[in-house]
Amino acid sequence: MRVVRISDDALALACGADAVAAAFVAAGCTVERVSSWGMHWLEPLVEIDGIGYGPATPADVASILDGSSTKSIDLIAEHPFIASQQRLTFARAGRTRALSLDDYIATGGWTGFHRARAMAPDQVVAEVLASGLRGRGGAGFPAGIKWKTVADAPGDRKYIVCNADEGDSGTFADRMLMEGDPFQLIEGMAIAAYAVGAGQGYIYVRSEYPHAITKLRAAIDLAADFIAPFRLEVRVGAGAYVCGEETSLLNSIEGKRGEVRAKPPLPALKGLFGCPTVVNNVLTLAAIPHILTEGGASLYDSLGLDRSKGTMPIQLAGNIRHGGLYETAFGITLHALIHEVGGGTASGRPVKAVQVGGPLGAYIHPDRFDLPFAYEAYAGADALIGHGGVTVFDDTADMGRMARFAMEFCAAESCGKCTPCRIGSTRGVELIDRIRAGGRASADSVESLPQMHNARKAGRSRAEELQLLEDLCDVMQSGSLCALGGFTPYPVMSALRHWPEDFGT
Amino acid sequence: MWEHRAMSDTRDLVRLIAAHAGMEGALLPILHDVQHAFGCVDGEAEAEIAKALNLSRAEVHGVVSFYHDFTPQADPRPRVELCRAEACKARGVEAMVPAAEKAAGSQVQLKTVYCLGLCSAGPNARVGDTLHARLDEAALVALIEGAR
Ligand SMILES: Cc1cc2nc3c(=O)[nH]c(=O)nc-3n(C[C@H](O)[C@H](O)[C@H](O)COP(=O)(O)O)c2cc1C
Ligand code: SF4
Ligand code: FES
Repeated sequence: MRVVRISDDALALACGADAVAAAFVAAGCTVERVSSWGMHWLEPLVEIDGIGYGPATPADVASILDGSSTKSIDLIAEHPFIASQQRLTFARAGRTRALSLDDYIATGGWTGFHRARAMAPDQVVAEVLASGLRGRGGAGFPAGIKWKTVADAPGDRKYIVCNADEGDSGTFADRMLMEGDPFQLIEGMAIAAYAVGAGQGYIYVRSEYPHAITKLRAAIDLAADFIAPFRLEVRVGAGAYVCGEETSLLNSIEGKRGEVRAKPPLPALKGLFGCPTVVNNVLTLAAIPHILTEGGASLYDSLGLDRSKGTMPIQLAGNIRHGGLYETAFGITLHALIHEVGGGTASGRPVKAVQVGGPLGAYIHPDRFDLPFAYEAYAGADALIGHGGVTVFDDTADMGRMARFAMEFCAAESCGKCTPCRIGSTRGVELIDRIRAGGRASADSVESLPQMHNARKAGRSRAEELQLLEDLCDVMQSGSLCALGGFTPYPVMSALRHWPEDFGT
Repeated sequence: MWEHRAMSDTRDLVRLIAAHAGMEGALLPILHDVQHAFGCVDGEAEAEIAKALNLSRAEVHGVVSFYHDFTPQADPRPRVELCRAEACKARGVEAMVPAAEKAAGSQVQLKTVYCLGLCSAGPNARVGDTLHARLDEAALVALIEGAR
């Protein structure tokens, strides 16, 4: 009987993978449901003896089986999209069944954990430090330093919290990892727990990811004996973007409103329930098992650019022909990512803009596509790599509208703790509307009220409104407690700088 | 699917809450279960939960009203969640919204969400726990009409 491998990743399912799998079963094949290779334009991707066919529909089954299908891409592992990657965190992608402990062990699972447990906890922390691994959730804080702070903090109740809120649009690597290789995340968390002396861990997953939640819960049950006495539990978010911010996330697990906490105290010292807590992104923790294998830390440290060490699972999204997951060492340019790997836009039209780093990331103009993918390089260009999402727009995009949306999103998702974000975002939407309408002739109804002593009673020209938007962005950037209010000016101002023609005249 | 709330449901509510006894940070898991079972977290549920967790009603209400997933009133209509975040905008979701709203009419709740994690294959929508990718206008309209 022929063995057919088809992914059960949420994206493959959304593209009809179950129907294709059922059709192969009906044709007498054995179907194995595996993780996704991350070649999303080819999902549902069917693999038989290493050869891929996609995107497959039930109608393709007969021709795939008799070898006459025109949807063959030959050996998947040798496809340029896969062969040009350097997969460490996603080494198992497409190759194993997510919930098979046998597959996991056969591909090196638990090696890092066993090695770590044979070492002293502070040696484990030292290896993570030596690897140069930085947090993949956005801020890029060195993981080893965070772990050391928690390890050195007094107290016998400590926590490991995995940030799996992945709210950034244009990102899906956390989801793919949780659905495709959940044991690797569990192993990474167990290593972290051993290193800092934590007994309990939580994985906080957004409610938009029902498949990841199911897979993780099943995987935790299967792995419970391996990681004992460490205990792990999934907690489900409730649709608030800001709960991806670490202190808001901790409040949420505690059963509170997801409001951002002021720092200090650092979560590493006073985190969940006031106890020392490691909060790390899924990809940070999932990189750990590899780093803890023999020679893993020095390999990681040898890859990348400057202080951006190792590999980054980059997510190619939006209007791109070959979208999906592309893990590679830091340093790759946007030009290479979009044109060489991604094949340009899906629509076939010219690229107009790229937003890197989710809804708080800057819009980057094709002029700057030589920028190397690295934390410092992006920071120097008033941009951020964030969680590694790359969202491509073609020339039909209206950047004025995208800037307005950035403010609208901030207003919808603000936790409300600080004024520049809570109120500034709504004022920002109105301002952008007025700029696009060419300014306004007179004061509005609120400004005209007699009690509004300081409000200006005359109209405002478009140039004056633009100045006001700059000022507002300045205040949001410097006066917000967290990056939601603080970084929303990035997409707004970058859109305004590079595409002023999209803001009316 | 959830049913309309009746007085006899109070017992279910108490049982739902009791199932989380002793859990660290039990409030969100309880709220999820209540929302799932009753389609909302209403004032009565808030009061019951507050009592069980030794919180004030205001504290519970503050939490319920903070999160998009919890609603004060049940809406018996089927729900289609449409992603309108950046990557789906880049793939044309906005142009489909008028037709989607028309198809939904007053019979289907058409809810905007920001990102379903399928950003390379948008526009995307979610109905219950089923995801739909690569939607064009016709497919989205058919999805909404099929949900009715
Ligand atoms: C508004 C906002 C949203 C965030 N969302 C996420 C998220 O979804 N996932 C994540 O890992 N980090 C997110 N972060 C970053 C976290 O606050 C934190 O830096 C991260 O979890 C630390 O883990 P790391 O060091 O492994 O990256 C967000 C930050 C802000 C300000
Ligand atoms: S910037 Fe916005 S989201 Fe962040 S703490 Fe302030 S109000 Fe809350
Ligand atoms: S932006 Fe629509 S699924 Fe991510």
